[in-house]
Amino acid sequence: MAFTKKRGNTSPEVSTASLPDIIFMLLFFFMVTTVLRDAELKVKVQTPKVTELTKLEEKSLVNYLYIGRPLERYHDLYGTKPRLQLGDKFSSVKDIPLFLEKHKIKVPENRHGQITSSLRVDGDVTMGVVQDVKTELRKSNQLKVNYSAKKRED
Amino acid sequence: MAKKSSRERMSNEINAGSMADIAFLLLIFFLVTTTIVEDKGITVKLPPWSEEEPDVTKLKKRNVFSVLVNADNQLLVRGEPTDVGDLKDRAKDFITNPLNREDLAEKPTKAIISLKNDRGTKYGVYLEVYNELKAAYEELWDELAQRRFQTDYTDKMPISQKRSIRSEIPFVISEAEPTSFGEE
Repeated sequence: MAFTKKRGNTSPEVSTASLPDIIFMLLFFFMVTTVLRDAELKVKVQTPKVTELTKLEEKSLVNYLYIGRPLERYHDLYGTKPRLQLGDKFSSVKDIPLFLEKHKIKVPENRHGQITSSLRVDGDVTMGVVQDVKTELRKSNQLKVNYSAKKRED
Repeated sequence: MAKKSSRERMSNEINAGSMADIAFLLLIFFLVTTTIVEDKGITVKLPPWSEEEPDVTKLKKRNVFSVLVNADNQLLVRGEPTDVGDLKDRAKDFITNPLNREDLAEKPTKAIISLKNDRGTKYGVYLEVYNELKAAYEELWDELAQRRFQTDYTDKMPISQKRSIRSEIPFVISEAEPTSFGEE
């Protein structure tokens, strides 16, 4: 009898007042640690795994070039050969200078030398298309290049 | 009178019960539209473009460490087939030349690594080879930094120390125009 009386006094509900705060904390965590998706990938990119990695520090100084085989739903239109993707569309090597220029405008002039091109290339792609891109980058005087890769543990 | 009583019945607090739902919506929005940062890779400096082919005939043969990767992803180092696993040690041996052999580099500053691939070479293999060559230099820098300054070679080192190490063992990779075998 004494038991039932005690239990009756406390309210059975758990307070949910702090729930929004917890969720907001999660939200801020994700906002800080992630970046907005800049482009939808239309090519399959699975970067190789290597050991000697350097980190790219400033996002605003980096432009991304994707090379890989088109995803399955683009096979009818674009075939299965490795393709270059700039921004969110399939491009040819000739579009690179304009793409670099468009990115350059957004960067303050004194930092133009620090712009890095990040090559996100699928590991299964043959070097031909990569070589063409490299040549075009050299012709456009964009010499700082980062071959995007994942960490390999060994 | 009726008005007053209805106001009394209302509580003064704003109902915060839906706050969690709003926050959840925002959270899910950010989870979907963002990516977790994974911006790492091998940074390289490409040579400036010039129309003429660089002249390599002036180089002494002993100072050139030629690495060829063919369209079948096989490796040829200085004329003999090699495994990727052995590449790093061979490169280190070549650069430092600890036994002063006649056929290896005169000194680290004169060593040049020449990397050549086919257009049909797999990018993954190419990058692995590049990674091994870079790892060889990275290890040599580490060793030199340990001897000189008792630290590892890292980005946190003073620039003058880094520069002295880099000038002693410069990282020179020359990449030749690839041959068009195995083009897709």
